[in-house]
Amino acid sequence: MVDCVKNEYRHHIGSHEEIMAMKAKHQVLATYTFDPTVIERGYNNRSLYISVGGQYDVSEQDPLLRKTEGERGIVIGEKAVTDFMKQKFTGGKGFDLYHLWKAVKADTSWNAPENDIVISPGPLAGITQYPGAGKSLVCCISPTTHLPIDSNVGGYFGPFLKFAGFDILELQGQAEEDILIYIDGNNHTISVETAPEEAFDSHILGEQLSEMYANSTKDKENISVISSGRAAEHSYIGILNFTFWDKRRQCIRLKQAGRGGIGTVFRNKKIKAVVIRYSGVHGDLNNPANKGLLNAAGIRLHKEMAHYDTKQNNMRKIGTANIIEVMDRYDLLPTHNYQYGGHPETPKIASKVFIEKYITQNVPDGCWYGCSMSCAKAADNFELRTGPYKGQKVCVDGPEYENGGGLGSNVGCFDPRWILEANFYCDTYGVDTISHATMTAFAQECYQRGLINLDDTEGLDLRWGNGYALNELMHHMVAGDGFGMIVGKGIRHQKRIYAERFGKVLPEYESMLEGRPWVSIKEPVIDKPIPTVHFNPDLADCEYLKAEGYDDEKVLASIKGDLLENAGANNDSAYIAQPGRWSKLIGVPTIGRDEITAWPVGKPYYSDDPDCCYSNGRPWVKMTPEQIAEMEEFGMENKGLEYSEYLMKESLAQQGGYALCNKGPQHDEAWLIFMDMVNNQIPTFEDKAEALHYFPMFRTWFGLLGLCKLPWNDITPINNKYEAEPAKIPEHVQNYFDIYEGVIGEKHSEASMVVQSERVYTFQRIFILRMGSGQRKHDTPPARSLGPITVGEYLSREERYDKQMKEIIGVDPTGKSIEEKVKIIMAYRWDQFEQLVDAVYKRRGWTPNGIPKLEKLIEIGMDIPELVQTVRPYLKQEGYWPSGEEYAKYDE
Amino acid sequence: MKKLVADSTKCTGCGTCEKVCSNAYYKVEDKEKSAIRVIANEQGGYSIAVCDQCGICKDMCSIMALKQGENGVVRLDKKTCVGCLICVGECLRDLMRYHDDLPTPFKCVACGLCAKKCESGALSIVEA
Repeated sequence: MVDCVKNEYRHHIGSHEEIMAMKAKHQVLATYTFDPTVIERGYNNRSLYISVGGQYDVSEQDPLLRKTEGERGIVIGEKAVTDFMKQKFTGGKGFDLYHLWKAVKADTSWNAPENDIVISPGPLAGITQYPGAGKSLVCCISPTTHLPIDSNVGGYFGPFLKFAGFDILELQGQAEEDILIYIDGNNHTISVETAPEEAFDSHILGEQLSEMYANSTKDKENISVISSGRAAEHSYIGILNFTFWDKRRQCIRLKQAGRGGIGTVFRNKKIKAVVIRYSGVHGDLNNPANKGLLNAAGIRLHKEMAHYDTKQNNMRKIGTANIIEVMDRYDLLPTHNYQYGGHPETPKIASKVFIEKYITQNVPDGCWYGCSMSCAKAADNFELRTGPYKGQKVCVDGPEYENGGGLGSNVGCFDPRWILEANFYCDTYGVDTISHATMTAFAQECYQRGLINLDDTEGLDLRWGNGYALNELMHHMVAGDGFGMIVGKGIRHQKRIYAERFGKVLPEYESMLEGRPWVSIKEPVIDKPIPTVHFNPDLADCEYLKAEGYDDEKVLASIKGDLLENAGANNDSAYIAQPGRWSKLIGVPTIGRDEITAWPVGKPYYSDDPDCCYSNGRPWVKMTPEQIAEMEEFGMENKGLEYSEYLMKESLAQQGGYALCNKGPQHDEAWLIFMDMVNNQIPTFEDKAEALHYFPMFRTWFGLLGLCKLPWNDITPINNKYEAEPAKIPEHVQNYFDIYEGVIGEKHSEASMVVQSERVYTFQRIFILRMGSGQRKHDTPPARSLGPITVGEYLSREERYDKQMKEIIGVDPTGKSIEEKVKIIMAYRWDQFEQLVDAVYKRRGWTPNGIPKLEKLIEIGMDIPELVQTVRPYLKQEGYWPSGEEYAKYDE
Repeated sequence: MKKLVADSTKCTGCGTCEKVCSNAYYKVEDKEKSAIRVIANEQGGYSIAVCDQCGICKDMCSIMALKQGENGVVRLDKKTCVGCLICVGECLRDLMRYHDDLPTPFKCVACGLCAKKCESGALSIVEA
């Protein structure tokens, strides 16, 4: 055991006096005092509601039992957690989705004030006896999918919220300026305050607020902060960081609610942070029904970890990153945008490299008390090489497997230092490391296929493995710079923007542009004297800009320090203005003024589209339909969410696990690759469908209760292999039923657990249907997720594919070109995928179009009027509305 | 290093040590609340299980409620402890003890009360 090295970035946070001076600048906008409660078997039976301001319709929402109204439209109040909610939705993600449904309409946009960030820790959360019991579940309407997203996160906030007296925190509305919410769980007060001076980036902000609200250094263990980061200002992939105080390192640690852009919504509401303080944690605060069951189950797992972890997964030493080399070995490590499943250079980023060179080992590192799995880890005093913190030594919380697979192999970067650098910046900027990696890999492949070029990327050479350029891309994204901002919107937006603005020169412009060089946009030249810049009537719509309140002086001020060197262009004519975002001016081709006037009349050169930065900026290029179709094949997103970092193309079950996922392709619903592809335990469609029913339900259950999935199967009892269904790890499942009974006081079984999850899972399916998705066509994956779409991919597994063609498809591959063979394999796999979808929908009680049947809703007790109304037109259209008198009442 | 040392060959199985221990710390004569354990061997005789202050338990305590003093004795700060019981799972010899009635686990702190009452001379405090 070693004591941790203290990280040397303390002086960047500010002194105690400086931080308290920041606090003195806060203006309190609302305060609220609540009554203390005693938790009854895991529930407080009330929720905390905060609207941070703005006008919107709340008529459909549950009523506030008590409330106070502060300045600027801020409302703080309480709602009841009813028996109905507990019966139908259990808690955690179930409660989140319930409140979100009530808060939004079918057409609610992610940036509408009524969008609701709902955070709930679940009824088992906060117990200290069993590993992985400190999770919060977070939901809102996502900027990338426009659907409800759910994400789980460790850190101390969720348990503290519960111990303070609330099962749920709802954050609604939009504030006028940056605000901070402080919940004092011991003094039972809440305040909403302006927060003008604190940092935005989480590794600084978390420290500042821990210092600001703790009574002493020791008291920092009683503080948890939710924050996002600067990336949430401009990208759609902002995360929420939840802190906990690392007593050995004497610094905050960051755990992430990562998927779907919840941090972007948080910043859109102008919330800078939510801070909670609770002192007095102990194992009985949930008032459990039978503590003995908790103790016994907890100690059983603690002992397994103590005895077998080093022989099994080494979670205590390297956490989830232990599988980087395992995934490579089994052809599952996503490489070069999911083309391949491994790479000869993987040993350079194998787990032992991080263990030996970067990670501080042998430190109990759990994100909530009682986690003997302790899979968190950190690289201490890691020196950064790029960005605003270049040269500083920081604590990097990670790497998780996804960092290695995403920021490493998938973008072709086999340098552990770049992985850790990107890991750090993703966290502190508030960037979803998974989406960022997958969307970057997509941009890289577009670049290397020639679909976009160096001008489009603004000088960033996005070849595989160019770590410097990839980190620069992230800095551009965070700064809201042109191309970085496009990438930061996600693959679905990238595809649209690339199609509209990049690509080939249109025929009508060919003669005009012939022989003229493209402007090469290079690095910003900071030291260059800024030339006099005036609005150029040929390039900017001056009347519009002036009407918007911009004048020459403001433009000048905005481009200082951010001027692009524009080779070959006249300084006074080479810019296109962007309304509202003067962060960067975009270069245009070096064509003369006379020719500029030949641009389409009436096309202003400012953006009328908030999603993009140079709408209409280059009307002479557009992608061809073939190029657009090409992007669809390898853009690894579904429902607008980027795929997580496992190569799924050789496992049919996992292809379904991803594509049928309610929120988009994240493996937290099902990870069936080993069962399917390696161990061949689920050979038939029915077997796969059963697995794609049971495992998503079981994993949903973790999210209802406030539990982490890892202690379920990242350690296994030594006798597990002798179980009838070893993939389920029955002994650990029984542990969960024990702790459920221990807290709630009710016996649980596989059957009752599955129904509990089905209620929420089915609800979520109907929720996405309500929001415009949730039909079969929306579950269609990109072609690459099903198999090889290029010659290179085919050749990488030629022997396997040839054998498959001959033995399974019944076609002799001899004499066929690779292109022909790709077509044959892919046609077969699309057919297999469709058959799988049929089988899974059937098992889940859905129609062939993916709509939950009325009979299923009745069976699981979810025949709630709003749900029936949502599915009814679809069921009728498809011919699945049941006949019979017993159903007549549902047709009213 | 101060610690309690046991010579099981001298143990008569009277259980006095367990009673003294539980009484001293929890005011009850209950061997389940005793830090020292006396186990009857199947082949006859008794085995005394006592903490040797190895300190493995303290290494996994994330809130640092377990600390090893200069005299080598590992003590639990009950005010800091959150009752997670990781230390119980971590002890290879099951000598970090717990009881469902109690909010925190407990262990031998080499106080020597049991040794003083042991009539057979099986227990002693050593300081080396």
